Amino acid sequence: MAHGGGGKLMHQLLERVFGPAFSNPILDTRHDSAQFTVPLGKLAMTTDSYVVRPLFFPGGDIGSMAVHGTVNDLAMSGARPLYLSCAFIIEEGLPMETLWRVVCSMRDAAQRCSLQIITGDTKVVDKGKGDGLYINTTGIGVIEHALNIAPQNVQSGDAVIVSGDLGRHGMAIMAVREGLQFESTIESDSAPIHEPVLALLQAGIEIHCLRDLTRGGLASALNEIAEAAGVKIAIEQKPIPFREDVNAACEMLGLDPLHVANEGRFVAFVAAKDAERAVKILRQQQVSANAAVIGKVVEKAAPLVTIRSTIGASRILDMPSGEQLPRIC
Amino acid sequence: MKYLDEYRDGELAQQLAREIHRITTKPWNIMEVCGGQTHAIVKFGIDELLPRQINLIHGPGCPVCVTPLEMIDKALEIAARPGVIFTSFGDMLRVPGSTTDLLSVKAQGGDVRIVYSPLDAVKLAEQNRTREVVFFGVGFETTAPATAMAVFQAAQKGLKNFSMLISHVLVPPAIEALMSSPNCRVQAFLAAGHVCAIMGYEEYPPLAAKYRVPIVVTGFEPLDILQGILMCVQQLESGRAEVENQYTRAVRKEGNQPAQQILGEVFRVVPRKWRGVGEIPASGLGLSAAYAAYDAEKKFGLVDRHVDEPADCLSGQVLQGRIKPHECPAFGKRCTPEHPLGATMVSSEGACAAYHRYRRQPTEAII
Repeated sequence: MAHGGGGKLMHQLLERVFGPAFSNPILDTRHDSAQFTVPLGKLAMTTDSYVVRPLFFPGGDIGSMAVHGTVNDLAMSGARPLYLSCAFIIEEGLPMETLWRVVCSMRDAAQRCSLQIITGDTKVVDKGKGDGLYINTTGIGVIEHALNIAPQNVQSGDAVIVSGDLGRHGMAIMAVREGLQFESTIESDSAPIHEPVLALLQAGIEIHCLRDLTRGGLASALNEIAEAAGVKIAIEQKPIPFREDVNAACEMLGLDPLHVANEGRFVAFVAAKDAERAVKILRQQQVSANAAVIGKVVEKAAPLVTIRSTIGASRILDMPSGEQLPRIC
Repeated sequence: MKYLDEYRDGELAQQLAREIHRITTKPWNIMEVCGGQTHAIVKFGIDELLPRQINLIHGPGCPVCVTPLEMIDKALEIAARPGVIFTSFGDMLRVPGSTTDLLSVKAQGGDVRIVYSPLDAVKLAEQNRTREVVFFGVGFETTAPATAMAVFQAAQKGLKNFSMLISHVLVPPAIEALMSSPNCRVQAFLAAGHVCAIMGYEEYPPLAAKYRVPIVVTGFEPLDILQGILMCVQQLESGRAEVENQYTRAVRKEGNQPAQQILGEVFRVVPRKWRGVGEIPASGLGLSAAYAAYDAEKKFGLVDRHVDEPADCLSGQVLQGRIKPHECPAFGKRCTPEHPLGATMVSSEGACAAYHRYRRQPTEAII
């Protein structure tokens, strides 16, 4: 591929790849900027860049991840996703077929999330200057509720709910990247999570805070929220959902699954009175079928997250320091 | 999970803890030798279930922690050389040397790679014949057989571009060194189950007899550790000092003999410096004369390099069980996992890192 110069070849890329795949009336005008109307009220906007090696992994690829990740960031404000922009940074020499697979995967993911990709950009960098492909997406969503969903709104007594089993994305990537073979293939949990959030809102659940669990896992998310809200959070090890294969892989490598990345999971802080109902609603959707209450906000206090082990003793659950490194023995 | 959840059962743990409470009449100091056990004790809060009279002392059994500073410096120097692929287990990458660490060398362009087995390093050497591939062989008797096998295979394949920076250490000499120290407080040992899975436990009865200490070969799950402690306390309370095996599902008296054979073939016993402790005679493994060509220290001309350790890190006293991690003035202040002064703060198995991660404040403050 040598489509970076902006001439005929780049035009071909737009005409043959991006245009047909993402086609919608707003994009099809091929204007310098997309024009669209938005519903009255509050909007949410977020941007994220996606850098992942390998580009394709069990359970997903960089394309679907670039849609889900941004949709999920919007969902964490309780927003309904509407539009997406996407920018590709392509390393020279990337096979056209690979790009096409990624683009198709983005198209399918966008369709599943009922949103439109309405503007974009492409740059080609010299060979050796990129990992094949980087993608940036920016999302715009509309907020149709009146809640204040933010860490600062977390209150004493709030129930802490996770939306599903943890650690799958991180272990799926690590297994492929490091050539580790387990008995079964661990698939990434990459998925959009706006539907379960919207379902909670629709049911009138009093949500105080939402956070998607990406790099750093549950441990990072809880510590960030404890810090921002000035609260002490106490969780239990036992109810936290894990898949056996993920747990086993983590044990073998000496990693803590609470520190491992997810791409389709979130933690919700909801008023205690609504906790049971919230879990029931979440469990009706496939992506959050294993949702569970795992703990509560103890009090307004110096930020701290504790976890009670399966044998009944408590300890601090800390943020991981830097990247997790597999242990010697 | 099969083979894991059974050993983390809350009710069984409470039963064992109750039995320990029932039979304990005096204060006892028990040392768990292995860093993996320290990690499990602090992670699961096992010590909180014990009577106050039982004091667990965290021993020197973390391979990352005891690798001497000068060995890290040698690793850094080799890794920074052009043309070298330096391979290591993951958790050695953050260990601070005198000036920097392997992760920083990597960031500056050094080709430093994490491998999961030393045999992967041999494969790299085969695939990159024009480059020097070096493996950083650290660890106790547990990891040493895999290192030995890698050297053995490299020799069979006639690889000339492969070598090892070896810093393997042995457990029994460390126990002997601890026990012979005049201010030793240890009254019983939980011996490291995985080390014994390789070496067996025939080396321990003389130590138990000489120093009158119970030694219980113990596993790594909460129930293993609680049962190991119970067996220690039973011996202490009844005045026995014997070697017992709690970890029967993995350890046989004679150990893994093929593994011991390859160790005997490739290595010889050498004196070894332990970080924070100093030199312990006959406490390490080095390459035997037949495999000297694979010695990276010789290949890269680093044999006579010696470095002193910084004085403000008390990790030596922590490793010998003289102080608890949080009793060090630098703990959590000048010394954190992000900026460790010493290796006990780096490895997740290091006592300081385990305390920092799970327990920065007195346990009473945690609900």
